[in-house]
Amino acid sequence: MLLQRFLIRLLTMLITLFGVAVVVFVVIRVAPGDPIAMMLPPGATDDDIARLRALYGLDKTIVQQFFIWLSGVIRGDFGTSISLRQDVLGLVFNRLPATLELAIVALIMAVALGGTTAVLGARERGTAVEAGIDIASGAALSIPDFLWGLVLILLFGVLVPIFDISGRVSPQLDLPFVTQFYFFESLLRLRFDLTWDLLKHMLMPAVALALPLAAIISQLLKQSLKEVLDLDYVVLARVKGFSETQVILREALKNAALPTLTLVGVQFTFLIGGTVIVERLFSYEGLGNMAIDAVINRDLPLIQGIVLVFALLFVLINLVVDMMYALLNPRLRHG
Amino acid sequence: MDRASRRGLSPRLWLAGGWLLLALLAAIFAPLVAPQDPLAQDLMLERLPPFWLDGAEPGYWLGTDSLGRDLLSRLIFGGRIAFIVAFAAAIAACLVGSTLGLIAGYFGGWADRIISRIVDIWMAFPPVLFAILLVAVLGTGLSSVILAIAIIDWTRFCRVIRAEAMGQSRMDYVENARIAGYGRIGIMLREVLPNVVPSIVALLSLEMGIAVIVEAILSFVNLSISTDDPTWGGIIAEGRLSIHQAWWVLVFPLITLILTVLSFGQFGEALKARFDPVLR
Repeated sequence: MLLQRFLIRLLTMLITLFGVAVVVFVVIRVAPGDPIAMMLPPGATDDDIARLRALYGLDKTIVQQFFIWLSGVIRGDFGTSISLRQDVLGLVFNRLPATLELAIVALIMAVALGGTTAVLGARERGTAVEAGIDIASGAALSIPDFLWGLVLILLFGVLVPIFDISGRVSPQLDLPFVTQFYFFESLLRLRFDLTWDLLKHMLMPAVALALPLAAIISQLLKQSLKEVLDLDYVVLARVKGFSETQVILREALKNAALPTLTLVGVQFTFLIGGTVIVERLFSYEGLGNMAIDAVINRDLPLIQGIVLVFALLFVLINLVVDMMYALLNPRLRHG
Repeated sequence: MDRASRRGLSPRLWLAGGWLLLALLAAIFAPLVAPQDPLAQDLMLERLPPFWLDGAEPGYWLGTDSLGRDLLSRLIFGGRIAFIVAFAAAIAACLVGSTLGLIAGYFGGWADRIISRIVDIWMAFPPVLFAILLVAVLGTGLSSVILAIAIIDWTRFCRVIRAEAMGQSRMDYVENARIAGYGRIGIMLREVLPNVVPSIVALLSLEMGIAVIVEAILSFVNLSISTDDPTWGGIIAEGRLSIHQAWWVLVFPLITLILTVLSFGQFGEALKARFDPVLR
C-alpha cells in the first residue's frame, strides 16, 4: 500500500519535472535575441557563428535540441554559464547550500513561533491573548516576505542597527570551511564567533521568510488544537489532574499536528520560492540572487539549471511530506 | 459568521475601501493633485526631509529623493502603474484560472487530469523567478508585466474554483437540473458558476494586491516598465540604496504598498462575506 503510493507519487513527480523542463525550454527559446550573438566578440565572421551554432546544437530542429539538452541534464551536464564561463551544475551546487541554510533556519523559526503561539492561543482560548494572537497572525500573513524584509531593514538595520543588512558573512573574516554550509559547519566546528557573524547576516532575511509561514502554522494548529481539546480522551486527561499546558503538549498536540504537517510542506516550497527576492533584498549570496543576475545577463544555460534545481527541490519536498503523512496517519498506515 | 463579527468587519471594510478609493482617485487625477512634476530633477533640492523635520521645503510634503524629485508626486504617479497592473493582471488571471478550474471541477475525468497536471507543473516554479524570467523573455513594458503575472497566477484561481466546482457538482440541485433536461454546459454556467462567484470575487481582490507586489518586485530588480515613469517598486529600489541618507524614500512607498495590499485582502474577505449566500 505504502510502496504503491510511493511509486505513483514518484511517477507523477517525474512527469511534473519533465513538464517543467519543457516549459523552461519553450520559454527560453521564445526569447528574442540570438544567444550566440551574445557569446561572440564583435567582428566575428559568419563562419565563426555557424561553427558555434553547430557546437551548441542550435542548427538542429527545436525538438532535437530539446532532447539533446534533456539527455545532458539527466547525465548531470547542465551546460556552461555564458556570463560566468563555468559549469552550470558546479555554480548551482556552490550556491545552493546558502539558500538551503537560509530556508531551513527560516522553517525552524516559523515552526517554533507558529507552534508556540498556537499552543498559547489554544490554552488562553476566548481571552484577549487569543484575540491578540489572531490579529498578529492576520497581519503577518497578509504582508508578503518582500515587504517584511524592507520593514526589518528599516527597523533593525537603520533605526536600531543591530543586524547586518547585506551579504552572508563579514568579508574580512577568515573562513575555515570545507563545505558551503557555512552556518551548520560553524556549529559543528564549535566556531561560535563565526556562527554569530553568520547569524547576524541571516537573521533578518530568515525572519522575513518565516513570518507568513509562522502565521499559517499558528492559525491552523490553533484551530485543530481547539477541536481536539473537546474530545473525550483530552477531557479524561484533564480529569486526571494534568494542567492545561500539559494536556495540550502531551495529549492534544500529537493528534492536532497532522493537518498542519501537510500544509507546512506546501508552504515550505513557497518559502523557498520567496528566497529569490529576499536574497536579492539582503544581497545574500544564494541561488536566488544568482538567478536574478542570470536573468538580467540573459545567461540562458544558468537560468535553465537554476529553475530545474528549484523545481526538483519543490517536488522532492512534496514527496517527502506526502510520505511522512502516509506514515504518520494511522488510517493510511493500516489501509 | 454571527452578527457581531459581521458588524466588526464593517469598519475594516470602510478603512480598506476608503484607502483604495483615495489611492485610485489620486492615481487617476495625478496631474491635478500631484504638487510637483514627478520627473523634475533639481539637485539644489536633493534629499529634502518630510515636512515635519528641519530643512523641509514647503510644497515637498514627503521630501525628495537623491535627484531632488518630489516623493509624494512620484508616489501618486506610481499609483497609476500599480492600479493598471493590479486590475488588468488580476482580471486576466481570473478569466483563465476560473474557466479552467470550473471545467476541471465540473467535468472531472480527463479534463480534470490534464488541467491538474498543468497546475502541478506551474506550482513547481518559484513564482518570483518565473515572473522575472518571463519579463526578461517578453521584454520589459507594461503589457509584459501584466501578461507575466497572469501567466503565473491563474493557478491560484484554478485550484480554488476547481475544488469548489467539484463540491457544487455533487449537490442535489445540479442533479435536479440534469433530470430537468438541462445540458452540461448550461448547468455549469447557470447553476454552478453563480455559486462559486463569491470565491472568485474574494480571490480577485486578493490577486490585485499580489499583482501590486509582483509589479513592485519587478520594478525593484529594474525589470518592469523600463521608462522614466515612477513606480512604487522603483522608488523602493532607490530608497534601499540611500537608506542611511534618506530613510523617507523607503518608508513612504513601503507604507503605501502595505496599506494597499492589506486593503485589497480585507476588501476581498468582506466582499466574500457579503456575497456568500450561506454566510449571509
